[in-house]
Amino acid sequence: MAELTDLSLLEAAGALRAGAISSTELTRACLDRIEAIDGDVSAFLTVTEDLAMAQAEAADQQLRTRSDTPRPFVLGIPIAIKDVLCVEGVPTTCGSKILEGFRPPYTATSVTRLVEAGAVILGMANTDEFAMGSSTENSGYGVSHNPWNLARVPGGSSGGSAAAVAARMCFAALGTDTGGSVRQPAAFCGVSGLKTSYGRVSRYGLIAYGSSLDTVGGMARNVADLAPIFSLMAGHDPLDSTSVADAVPEIHLNGADLSKLRIGVPKEYFIEGLQPEVETAVRAAIEAFREMGAAVREISLPHTDLALPVYYIIAPAEASANLARYDGVRYGPRLGPGLYPEDYFVTRGELFGAEVKRRIMLGTYALSAGYYDAYYGQAQKVRTLIKGDFEAAFQEVDLIACPVTPTTAFGIGAHGDDPLSMYLEDVFTLPANLAGIPGLSFPVGFDSEGLPIGMQFMAPHLGEAQLFSAAHAYQAATSWHTGWPEL
Amino acid sequence: MALTIEEVRAIARLARLQLTAEEEERFASQLSDVLDYAARLREVDTSEIPPTASVLPMSAPLRPDEVRPCLPREQLLASAPDSEGGLFRVPRVLELEP
Repeated sequence: MAELTDLSLLEAAGALRAGAISSTELTRACLDRIEAIDGDVSAFLTVTEDLAMAQAEAADQQLRTRSDTPRPFVLGIPIAIKDVLCVEGVPTTCGSKILEGFRPPYTATSVTRLVEAGAVILGMANTDEFAMGSSTENSGYGVSHNPWNLARVPGGSSGGSAAAVAARMCFAALGTDTGGSVRQPAAFCGVSGLKTSYGRVSRYGLIAYGSSLDTVGGMARNVADLAPIFSLMAGHDPLDSTSVADAVPEIHLNGADLSKLRIGVPKEYFIEGLQPEVETAVRAAIEAFREMGAAVREISLPHTDLALPVYYIIAPAEASANLARYDGVRYGPRLGPGLYPEDYFVTRGELFGAEVKRRIMLGTYALSAGYYDAYYGQAQKVRTLIKGDFEAAFQEVDLIACPVTPTTAFGIGAHGDDPLSMYLEDVFTLPANLAGIPGLSFPVGFDSEGLPIGMQFMAPHLGEAQLFSAAHAYQAATSWHTGWPEL
Repeated sequence: MALTIEEVRAIARLARLQLTAEEEERFASQLSDVLDYAARLREVDTSEIPPTASVLPMSAPLRPDEVRPCLPREQLLASAPDSEGGLFRVPRVLELEP
């Protein structure tokens, strides 16, 4: 048998069920690989070795016990958790010094559902501070590296999760997507990443950034591996009043009838600044769908160019309110002279990083008296137009296909101290968050430097099943998702 | 539009952030860049458009008002920088008149 860490999640699940391997062996193999290569990649902020081995032993016990009910695919499978989802007793930092030492008293529902199904938690994956960023360079604990080229960023904010999957340190990872933070790092690292519909997965225990935009998603080496992760996490949670009551669809990976599939290609996503190799690879993938029988047509999402300014008003506004809770009273360190209110100013000024401070300031300004209508109110109205673009498009097509990112992974430090140029990296991913719809990023090629290129499908709200069956059909016919970086 | 240093200081005060002089300078220019970029939103005619606060129909779901267990106090205080007698300990916020 090849290296255990080379298996896909479903292959590993099959080997576990057949008794060919144990979860203890599988988990040990992941921990050894983390030990061997994470010094170079820096995907993990915390490795929970003792917890992982205990969970692996419990999984092995279950696997040895005869059972008449089918076992969950994740039983005994080692996964990573983005360090913004609370895991009881495990340091959860959001990549921020302001949460250093915080050990949550409870676990996020999305994580609980996987753990109850037998998943093994390897540790917490690096992220841009409070999920604000597109490169993990904004982490308070150091930058993660792209496993395909260590001088490049893995993307962000779920960059640690994507890098850990791409470097085969885990079989899947949870991420979160507020403006592209699952799909963009998945594209940069050559893995498959799902942004779920707003409300589809409980956010109980997800440390909030932008509450009208935040979603929990996942990454894995291929689309089929993501299906059991999605199916377990999705569904109503009484602990999250924004989680929807709609039934979670069964995911049918095989037998998709692509001849009934209508794919729209939005012309506004093929713009100046799009790396030619990205356009070529994405257009080739769309052509592959046409050859498999899908009907492809050009569509228009006319308000696309307004998504970026809308997002960078709404997300900071919501962030400024959500991050008001970090006051050095209930969690994290407290700095200052021991006086009120000086301690608030010093604690927040010293322990938040530059990008978080910028967004808090931007949001505070956009919400302040005299500016509210001009910025926040107007952004919410334009958001309605962007959402309306998608509603109109989905009258005509089932899925929308487009690039995930304008370029392949950029170099560490490439955006220097120019936040606006970094924001432009999110131009193709933000609209789905504003509209609340799901998106799936999957690899469709490599550029001349060997860096992965991703394509994104977007579907109507709660339309994840269609994303899975279409993207899986592509992966069944191609091999872009099967390569991995030498490390 | 360019934010002045005074405006940056006023925002930082509202946001309870202590900034260095260097940060004030840098944020003034960077936030101005983003606000300039956002200014294009004002060119859109939205007089007939309702705002979207959430993509889901907003509702306030109700549940039966039943007493349920909650997390133990010690566990909730465990991550606090300072606590005493089962409470979060904070600097004095009121000066008491003698």
